[in-house]
Amino acid sequence: MELLKKFVLAGIAPVLALSAFVSCRDGEQIILPEEEHPGETQRIQLTGFYLLNEGNMGSNKSSLDRYSFADGSYLRNIYAQANPDVPKELGDVGNDMAAYGSKLWVVVNCSNKVEVLDLKTARRLGQIDIPNCRYIAFDGRYAYVTSYAGPVEINPDYRQRGFVARIDTATMQETARVEVGFQPDGIAVCDGMIYVANSGGYMVPNYENTVSVIDASEMRFVGNVEIGINLALIAADSGGRLWISSRGDYFDTPSRLYVYDPATRTVLKSFDHPVGDFFMAGDSLYTVSGAIGYSADGKDRQFAIFDTRRLECVNTGFITDGTEKDITVPYGIAVNPVSKEIYITDARNYVNPGYLHCYSPEGVRKWSQRTGDIPSKIVFY
Amino acid sequence: MRFTPNSILSITVVSVLPLCAIGAQGQVIMPQPADSAATEMLHEVTVTGSRHSGEVVRPQTLRDGYLATLNAHSVADAVRYFAGVQLKDYGGVGGIKTLDIRSMGTNHMGVFYDGLPVGNAQNGQVDLGRFSLDNIEEIALYNGQKSAIFQPARDFASSGSIYIRSRRPRFPSGRNTAGTVVFRTGSFGLLNPSLRIDRRISRQVSATFNVEYTYSTGRYRFRYSKYLPDGRIAWDTTAVRRNGDIRALRAEASVFGNVDKGSWMAKAYYYNSERGIPGAIVNNVWKNSQRQWDRNFFVQGRFRREYGGNVEIMVNGKYARDHMRYLNPDTTLMLIDNTFDQNELYLSATARYSPFRFWDIAVAADWQYNTLDSDMALFVFPSRHQLLGSVATALNFGGLRLRASLLANSIHDRTRPSSSAGSRRHFLKFTPAVFVTWIPQKSILPEVRCYWKKAFRMPTFNDLYYTDIGNASLDPETCTQFDIGATWRVENIATLLAMLEFSADAYYNHIVDKIIAVPKGNGQYRWMMMNLGLVKIRGVDLGITTMLNLPAEITGRMRLTYTWQSALDYSDPTDCRDDAGTYKGQIAYIPRHAAAVAAGLQWHGVDINYSWIYTGQRWDNSSNIPENHIQPWYTSDISAAYSFGLGNTMLRISLEINNLADQQYEVIRNYPMPGRNYKVIAQWNF
Repeated sequence: MELLKKFVLAGIAPVLALSAFVSCRDGEQIILPEEEHPGETQRIQLTGFYLLNEGNMGSNKSSLDRYSFADGSYLRNIYAQANPDVPKELGDVGNDMAAYGSKLWVVVNCSNKVEVLDLKTARRLGQIDIPNCRYIAFDGRYAYVTSYAGPVEINPDYRQRGFVARIDTATMQETARVEVGFQPDGIAVCDGMIYVANSGGYMVPNYENTVSVIDASEMRFVGNVEIGINLALIAADSGGRLWISSRGDYFDTPSRLYVYDPATRTVLKSFDHPVGDFFMAGDSLYTVSGAIGYSADGKDRQFAIFDTRRLECVNTGFITDGTEKDITVPYGIAVNPVSKEIYITDARNYVNPGYLHCYSPEGVRKWSQRTGDIPSKIVFY
Repeated sequence: MRFTPNSILSITVVSVLPLCAIGAQGQVIMPQPADSAATEMLHEVTVTGSRHSGEVVRPQTLRDGYLATLNAHSVADAVRYFAGVQLKDYGGVGGIKTLDIRSMGTNHMGVFYDGLPVGNAQNGQVDLGRFSLDNIEEIALYNGQKSAIFQPARDFASSGSIYIRSRRPRFPSGRNTAGTVVFRTGSFGLLNPSLRIDRRISRQVSATFNVEYTYSTGRYRFRYSKYLPDGRIAWDTTAVRRNGDIRALRAEASVFGNVDKGSWMAKAYYYNSERGIPGAIVNNVWKNSQRQWDRNFFVQGRFRREYGGNVEIMVNGKYARDHMRYLNPDTTLMLIDNTFDQNELYLSATARYSPFRFWDIAVAADWQYNTLDSDMALFVFPSRHQLLGSVATALNFGGLRLRASLLANSIHDRTRPSSSAGSRRHFLKFTPAVFVTWIPQKSILPEVRCYWKKAFRMPTFNDLYYTDIGNASLDPETCTQFDIGATWRVENIATLLAMLEFSADAYYNHIVDKIIAVPKGNGQYRWMMMNLGLVKIRGVDLGITTMLNLPAEITGRMRLTYTWQSALDYSDPTDCRDDAGTYKGQIAYIPRHAAAVAAGLQWHGVDINYSWIYTGQRWDNSSNIPENHIQPWYTSDISAAYSFGLGNTMLRISLEINNLADQQYEVIRNYPMPGRNYKVIAQWNF
């Protein structure tokens, strides 16, 4: 028995010794921002901009960066420092972002939430849970958010419509829902009507081809307008026309750009021009699109400007210094409303950190900056 | 869809059990297993084959009695004790577990069950978590290839291979029937009964039947927390892992027979499971609802015989049918309900001729046919014919042993309707390998080995033809390996030290045309598979094994492995502008340092074991920045077992405690692993 005791002790001693070692693993720290100074001081009536990085699905690496015009500084990944108490940070796949009033609204797709931050501090003010939320638009006191996850029907050929949720921007509560088409993406509000670009992305190869129209005051579905397949983005120009992008079916039907006039209920124009992202700057619509260089003809890699009054493509290569070759995957675009500088994000290979490139209004590159994973949306404030 | 190569190892750490009879094509006669009472006796299955053409590089092996001491539930848990391997583990009993040898990537690894390949033409990945240790006698890991020459052509085809051997029938002396009943229970709601019956049918033929059922809720508590720079807690949250449940039934029947100068075996295998896919834990999402059903069935057989002393032949055949259904019932996401059906037919013939005592030649011809069907939209129903031919030779001059092989691999794919990139693909590739070993006459000197091997992995059906992301113009991904190593082994050098073995290998792997997913299209998550990757892997594997004869009839044993790996991504030379660049970054999920220790003491029927596994810091992609950093982890497991006779039978009770320090860790980002957990096992041999 004595022997057995010794034997057991001999077995346990190394366990205890190693357990002591094991317990000393450091706790994991929150990620702190990294600061760089790609730009120079600019005296303009803007504080800066936020850049939303989507992060790959399942990685929970959506992140927020901030640029300051006062000193040209770029802070990468500011969310955790501003909100150290939020478990698992900003979340999974930040899909859209917009500033409205004193708040910054972030639509985090795979975290099923719209996150509301203070525009100055990026401090979190609230969260609205909306499953599979996609894009956001504002009008008056309300925010409108598209979602793929409409009510479920008992139906063997089950197809689930999406919806638009209305959120009171003051209380940050959802106050109404209205059903739209299948897998709605882009959303725009124009003259009291809400327009939603339906993609039908879950129904491959039978994509959607409509824009849903909603009466904003009553949150009432008015009807669907046929535009083109797999619609993505939608924006209203100063003349009340809607610019709508179609992704095509990735095979035979290419990506296109449509102009729809709600007043006459007609498609005014359809451009055989691929659009990955666009940005309405005054009467100019800046567009980028881009597969990477191995596509046989490179035709879907475009940097173009459309005149929204004349409904014409006025520039098919607004980067003028040849530096567009440094962009692997042109992913997002924004134009500084004051300085007219152009910003293009590069998603590179989608799993590694991307880049942000800043160009002068003349299309000459001023600086480039490393971002988070899949940099997409830029919001000035 | 992530770039996750991994690589391997090169140490030949052999299990602490005395090595015996290696070299004869894997028919190893076991020494007395640690958990068997004296009444047990092995039924010998003929050892045939030429001593001269056997393996010259010993594999890392884990055997029977030793396996039982590792607190391992599946083959996946056990292989973590090999040097040079990384296990991708999504956590829990039902989570997917795939193995990566020497950073070359899961698809470069071959898995063989009772000598025949286990395939997955759809995605090339074999989930080792499904091979319960319940019926396993030996696991052997070969770097490069099994260095024997008398083997099917398929055995030359992978960059690294794991051979899993099911338990052979064994009978207490004078009896023709034996059996084992095992019941395991413990954390995660585990209920795991199994039954095994061995039956001697005649002097030359014996059979075994084994059935096992596994149920687990897959529930466990996990905790995430982060700290502020000043050490205060930033957030700390605990939740329960859900949708990780599994129900699985496995049944196997085998017949083994001896004939004059030869042997044969036949086997049927059935596996049926339903499991939840627990999914990634991300902000605001603490539960997923995806489900998966699998039904696998195969029959296989082998026959081998010697003719006239210098000729030997072997014939192998297998038919496998795999059904998989994947369901995403989450009403907030895309409804997915797809089924996939695979068929595989494999036939192989091998012959060996020994013109002289020092010279053997072997040839093999294999044919493999795979099909994949699915109810997915736009599916192209791929099928593949694969013809493999190999010639191999073995030369022995004193202590110098040479093995050389050349494999020709011809692959023909067909799809319907024809995809835009062409409905037929053909490949013809030749891959050589050379193994040289010097075995000293004086056993005090180390055994020295080196090898060079080329191998490739075919793009899988998913890589080539998956709706949308597949790229039918892909080329195979090629891997070249160099390895040099030594093993030094001494026995009975002191009263205490029964055996000491030290083994070291240094290696370099070069992977070109690595198949990776790259984005395409218009700002969408749209991917395409491309041959764009270049990875260079340098590594060192070390292993030490000892057996001790302690006073008072206590025996002790310890096995230690250590791996150092630099697996660098050379794919994009332009991406080197700052720290976040991927050029020369350590590739995803490969730690620089990894180690494992397993130690045990035995005294009569009592067994006490301790094991420790360490995986150093890693990044989840080749951009080695803090955002992508994953903490190191290390877990300690202990177990105690007591075996005692009960009349003619034997009972063994064991208790395991795993992750003793309750470390909260992740192997794959956002897939939390279980904390401290327990298992009780009762085994009755009759």
